[in-house]
Amino acid sequence: MDSPLREAPVVAFEITVNGAPRQVAVDVRTTLLDLLREHLGLPGTKKGCDHGQCGACTVLVGGRRINSCLSLAVMHEGESVTTIEGVGLPGNLHPLQAAFLERDAFQCGYCTPGQICSALGMLEEVSRGEPSQATEDLGATTIALTDEEIRERMSGNICRCSAYPQILEAIRDVAGATA
Amino acid sequence: MKPFTYERAESAAGAAKAAETPGARFLAGGTNLLDLMKLEIERPTHLIDVGRLPLSQVEETADGGLRIGAVVSNSAAAADRRVRTLYPLLSHALLAGASAQLRNKATIGGNLLQRTRCAYFYDAAKPCNKRAPGAGCSALGGDARGNAILGASQHCVATHPSDMAVALSALEATVETVTPAGAARTLGIDDVHRLPGETPHIETNLEPGELVTAVVLPPPPEGRQEYRKVRDRASYAGGLFSLALAGNRMALGSVALKPWRAAKSEAALAAGASHAEAAEAELADARPLGRNQFKLTLARRVMVAALEGTPVR
Repeated sequence: MDSPLREAPVVAFEITVNGAPRQVAVDVRTTLLDLLREHLGLPGTKKGCDHGQCGACTVLVGGRRINSCLSLAVMHEGESVTTIEGVGLPGNLHPLQAAFLERDAFQCGYCTPGQICSALGMLEEVSRGEPSQATEDLGATTIALTDEEIRERMSGNICRCSAYPQILEAIRDVAGATA
Repeated sequence: MKPFTYERAESAAGAAKAAETPGARFLAGGTNLLDLMKLEIERPTHLIDVGRLPLSQVEETADGGLRIGAVVSNSAAAADRRVRTLYPLLSHALLAGASAQLRNKATIGGNLLQRTRCAYFYDAAKPCNKRAPGAGCSALGGDARGNAILGASQHCVATHPSDMAVALSALEATVETVTPAGAARTLGIDDVHRLPGETPHIETNLEPGELVTAVVLPPPPEGRQEYRKVRDRASYAGGLFSLALAGNRMALGSVALKPWRAAKSEAALAAGASHAEAAEAELADARPLGRNQFKLTLARRVMVAALEGTPVR
């Protein structure tokens, strides 16, 4: 049925972004992605397809990677969100950001914040021993992070410039350094 | 997105009661519903957020099975040690679906109740009997490459997109719910989804407002468990055909508007038929639509390969 509502309600709540608690009051329809970009001044997270297909909007919520475009901001009341701005900034880059520069793991750079947030979430998943479709032995308690595993686990992040080989190298560099 | 009101449910029974409100929908992970709301294919006027209900545990049942709460994420279910050890088929099926980001957010209940990915269902400019009953089916006579070969009707040839549900069918899972009246109900997995018939807009046998609270797995069957999925890309793509094998039970995916328990194949095997004959027993009923004719060949080959135990790679 069509909406009898002419206007959507405004919802007010607290959400922690990059370690700082923020009080927000937004149209209930506001996605987490739009909250970050349009209301909190954090445009590092990118809007690509806006339908969960490209991964450019990937952020970490409670340490887990999600598509921020397919989530209402209000669903994350009281939760802790990390965006690319919280991962590292110029002069104080996260090792993965430095590795992306070193390996030239982008061309236009639009997918890069999502790639990096996704890779950080992915490395956590691997450290917890969570399997993927590429995991040969579901019973294994430690995951060997092969190239096939990295490719499979990063398949939710599309790169239109097709920098995949360099993205793989950058992630491998950091995973190898911390393994 | 059309305007809506929002509430966060405090209890499963309260959520089901609130869902009696006309235009209300449950929201859990949101990965399917919010996508469809952006396209205004879904237009709820009230959202009941069930994502924080205490339905997020995987627990052992008294008979040696597992109960997976409805809001357990797809990732958490796939990574659960007990699921990996006792029901590797379910882990494999979950991990074959969507992307890691989506699996982190999407829930077990939502996976079960996700809507078809039929291209014409998504194309609001084209008639679709699911979106507007009586409007007609654009996939019939259109590009039905991904559409159903079994159990379809002249009103709808869509498929159900879940990998998980195919595994659940072969595992003979049951689904626990609570109705708006507060009654607890249990449905067999094969009784949850409906074939399209003349009412393709009615997709499940759940009452309006009935909330899925858990999926229950009986003790694992004896024998091999396997999930095989064939698709256009190696990762992050919907299936063209999939198969779940659990001991002597088999279910097929991407062939119908519900996970398709291959009961005729199972019966043929039990009667001593060859693998090829068993596949044929099920596929004799198939009605391809031209562009999806290949699914019949694909299904036959994957069924035989899985039964033979031929390695995937």
